[in-house]
Amino acid sequence: MDYSLTEEQRMIKDLASRIARERILPEAARLDEAEEFPWEIMRVLGESDLFGVWIPEEYGGLGGGVFEQCLVMEELSRACAGVATSYAASALGAFPILLFGTEEQKQKYLPDIASGKRLAAFALTEPDAGSDAGNIRTTAVRDGDSYILNGTKQWITNGGEAEVYTVFATVDRDKGVRGITAFIVEKGTPGFEFGKKEKKLGIRSSSTRELAFRDCRIPRENLLDREGKGFIVAMRTLDRTRPGVAAQAVGIAQAALDLAAAYAMERVQFGKPVGEFQAIEHMIADMATQIEAARALTYSVARMIDAGARDFSKESAMAKVFASDVAMKVTVDAVQIFGGYGYMRDYPVEKLMRDAKVTQIYEGTNQIQRSIIGPQVLREAARRKAGQAKGITNS
Amino acid sequence: MHVLVCIKQVPADPSAVKVDRKTNTLIREGIPVVVNPFDLFAIEEALRLRERMSSSGQKGRVSVITMGPPQARSALEEAIAMGADDAVLLSDRAFAGADTLATAYTLSRGIRRIEDSTGAKVDIVICGRQSTDGDTAQVGPELAEMLGIPHLVRVRKVESLTRESIRVERIADGGYDVIESCLPVLLTVEKGINQPRVPSLRGLMRARKAGIPVWGAQELGVEAQQVGLAGSPTRVIRVFSPERQRRAEMLTGSPEAVARLLVDRLMTAM
Repeated sequence: MDYSLTEEQRMIKDLASRIARERILPEAARLDEAEEFPWEIMRVLGESDLFGVWIPEEYGGLGGGVFEQCLVMEELSRACAGVATSYAASALGAFPILLFGTEEQKQKYLPDIASGKRLAAFALTEPDAGSDAGNIRTTAVRDGDSYILNGTKQWITNGGEAEVYTVFATVDRDKGVRGITAFIVEKGTPGFEFGKKEKKLGIRSSSTRELAFRDCRIPRENLLDREGKGFIVAMRTLDRTRPGVAAQAVGIAQAALDLAAAYAMERVQFGKPVGEFQAIEHMIADMATQIEAARALTYSVARMIDAGARDFSKESAMAKVFASDVAMKVTVDAVQIFGGYGYMRDYPVEKLMRDAKVTQIYEGTNQIQRSIIGPQVLREAARRKAGQAKGITNS
Repeated sequence: MHVLVCIKQVPADPSAVKVDRKTNTLIREGIPVVVNPFDLFAIEEALRLRERMSSSGQKGRVSVITMGPPQARSALEEAIAMGADDAVLLSDRAFAGADTLATAYTLSRGIRRIEDSTGAKVDIVICGRQSTDGDTAQVGPELAEMLGIPHLVRVRKVESLTRESIRVERIADGGYDVIESCLPVLLTVEKGINQPRVPSLRGLMRARKAGIPVWGAQELGVEAQQVGLAGSPTRVIRVFSPERQRRAEMLTGSPEAVARLLVDRLMTAM
């Protein structure tokens, strides 16, 4: 389908696709097997300017937006979702600085993030605060011109590899979500340590670690926005980055379809390619249709955000939930089309299936996404009803 | 210090190229093209030499030149996107059908014109070892002769560089030579001397807008009979696929049966 990309967007997509083909794909299986962080690829992505596509030019970026970020994510994910996750996690960690940082904070951190010189990470999840992000236990206590952080963060993507962390802590547990506050914490700060690297089902080249804060003193100027605004910081950030997860899901699914379709034309059983059996042909048709629908929704939401929409939580959640469910279904079907070969680790489709799963879980589980979408739809319906009662037509 | 790289646009898949039965030249129209893979190493090495110079406080400049049809501009854009400072396209109908000697001659005239415009000699000319379509590896050495400078072929590493000289490792039979030359010099580089960088987005944007001059026979001050097919002493008389002389046969069966069959065949052949 033609999505009317501008010349610049086409250039971004082509460059990401080229790096994916030439530098990532040949390494993907090895990195997955070795659970090795793709530093060399991160360096190439940095030199290619792709880390900066969504960052404004005044902070060293290329001045694009969420849509450009999605184009990169889709292409990288076609080659290796683990690499794409490492790339995207840096944007997730840095978006709060762009959205809520002071001019000094933006000048200090964003140029290095845009050039890929430093990676960022986003530290919200804790052992007892996942979907229930308001239940954060990491504390931040004000002490003169500093804050002192204590607590543990769990499953932090880019943990240990990143230099700049957006960390969410509570300044007052009694206030619930209104106590949550966001801070910028740099690697190397005394009292900031890393736990073990987690062993995962998929996206195994990405690094997932525990972060531990023990009387970690950070300067007051590293406070993001105001005390108690952390929950807003997190939610506004995730609204903007969820289309990136959707694009990742689209990329994984596209890779699975490409492989399955090629295999279906090649694999001969009962004297003809299996793709000529209607059972397989229809699976391929459904996979292709669902992927295109996921892509169209993802691109539309990304463009809506870049066009300056004010509220897009619902749409952003829709893109993430739909595309990730598509990716899961399509990759399972791709393994099915490959049959026994699909189950073997010598073939690339089982990795796609393992990688797809996380897109239904991270950056808000799909259940949480539905809890964002459902109430919003019902609120809109209630507003319409109230409008009709007053004789106003409202759409 | 001025480093100049000679590049060539070649078919992405050399085995897919068809031969024009009338002229016995390669049909280059309408097939996907890329920068000759060996030349990417040449561009990368030039960029690294420039970085080496700038880290020792010298100013470096990397220029790229190619001879080809107008669409060869995209090869030069790729070089600029990788980081080259400027580029020149040598393009003229009169240049078509050139053999290696006419190509080297045309390139040498292009380089002379660049030197005239800067008022200084190019210090280092770098070429890829050979092109993947012609496979002759002749243009580099021929060009050095025409420029009147020494050449070092099959360079696999640049050991050191000063304002006056360069020391390299050159692949030789069963090993390598460490060899030093005064500047100016021409190098042809091996695959694997470096890993060519991927262009950056800013580079791609700069390349798209870059003014790339196109010089024809008139700009180079050459006569039509010195260039292209007219200036080429080589004539391709016939192009053919080698006939299959050997025949392979797969023996199947148990290892013992296959071994027995093989022994029988060998005995019969003796």
